[in-house]
Amino acid sequence: MAIAEQQATPAAGDNSWHGIVLQTLKRNEISLVPYVPDRVLTLLIKNLHADPFFTTFATAREEEAVGIVSGAWMGGRRGAILMQTSGFATLANVLASLAVPYQIPLIMFVSERGTLGEFNYGQSLVCRTMRPVLDSLALEHHTITRLDELEFIADRSIKQAVTTQAPVALILNPLLTGGKTFDK
Amino acid sequence: MDNRNTKVMNRFDVTSRLIGKLKHEEAVIGGIGNTNFDLWAAGHRPQNFYMLGSMGLAFPIALGVALAQPDRRVLALEGDGSLLMQLGALSTIATLKPKNLIMIVMDNGIYQITGAQPTPAASVADIVAIAAGSGLANSAWAADEEDFERLVEAAMSATEPSLIAVRIDDKPGVGATRRDPVQIRERFMHGLGVREPL
Repeated sequence: MAIAEQQATPAAGDNSWHGIVLQTLKRNEISLVPYVPDRVLTLLIKNLHADPFFTTFATAREEEAVGIVSGAWMGGRRGAILMQTSGFATLANVLASLAVPYQIPLIMFVSERGTLGEFNYGQSLVCRTMRPVLDSLALEHHTITRLDELEFIADRSIKQAVTTQAPVALILNPLLTGGKTFDK
Repeated sequence: MDNRNTKVMNRFDVTSRLIGKLKHEEAVIGGIGNTNFDLWAAGHRPQNFYMLGSMGLAFPIALGVALAQPDRRVLALEGDGSLLMQLGALSTIATLKPKNLIMIVMDNGIYQITGAQPTPAASVADIVAIAAGSGLANSAWAADEEDFERLVEAAMSATEPSLIAVRIDDKPGVGATRRDPVQIRERFMHGLGVREPL
């Protein structure tokens, strides 16, 4: 697969999952994207860095990224955060004490590990904590498995988060991204 | 901590001196607990944000405000125990180098609000050395109140992020913040010019 040689910034017609995510962020004026890396998100992160529209950078911990985009929202700039499943598992406190009670439209993209061929026992157990945490806080979340549904779900979810001032988690399933496999 | 040659000051006094230096609707983020209480007691301003939890996130929240409004100075007040929860944030800030961010650390070596238990780093860790080691070169202990005011003035016109650490006593915070998160956020957004009042 020639993904390594792919253009840094996807063209408007780019139909890859990460190209659609990037364009959807841009269309919704989301320009601040802190992240904690994930192998599956590599191309998305690389393309965000290559596009001057975005301020994108790694943080030491996912909580930090939540604090940053929350502050940015209050200052008038939209952000979204990228992480993997295990990173989401560290967020229960900040969701319950910052994003939810202060009504902040926190947009989270979570690369889903721990399912559909997971090889790491720790990841598979951590994955099972994610949806119960989201449900216990009554947080909107969608698991995206199909390329043809990605733009609709991501675009509408972002608009809903902003207009209802509520967090949303968009879970990027291996059926969409290809996931991580043991030989990588 | 005794070898730092810094006076032990009082958090409310230092916070009041800090607020007295603000002239341009600077944003101020209060950490949880006593930094918050003293920020409130020093005189509520629409540009103040008060945290209700999320220990350790005062600096990341301030970083977000600083990135959203690069022309406004953004200050954050954090306790030493809270900072220990999120030391990685110092390196993130050092990497991004927001020129308008000022970090104040109130260090008394204890978790004051939970019953004054010593932090795991009490008496051994040097906050300024940690900050400098994280890449924040513009970090200093305030020797006394006058030195604190001088450091704040320098930070107000600095072209890189500043961190000022203050040794403080164990006196409890003055006053108590009202705890309505939506009201706090809306007022803060009005104060930053992001929202119109209803």
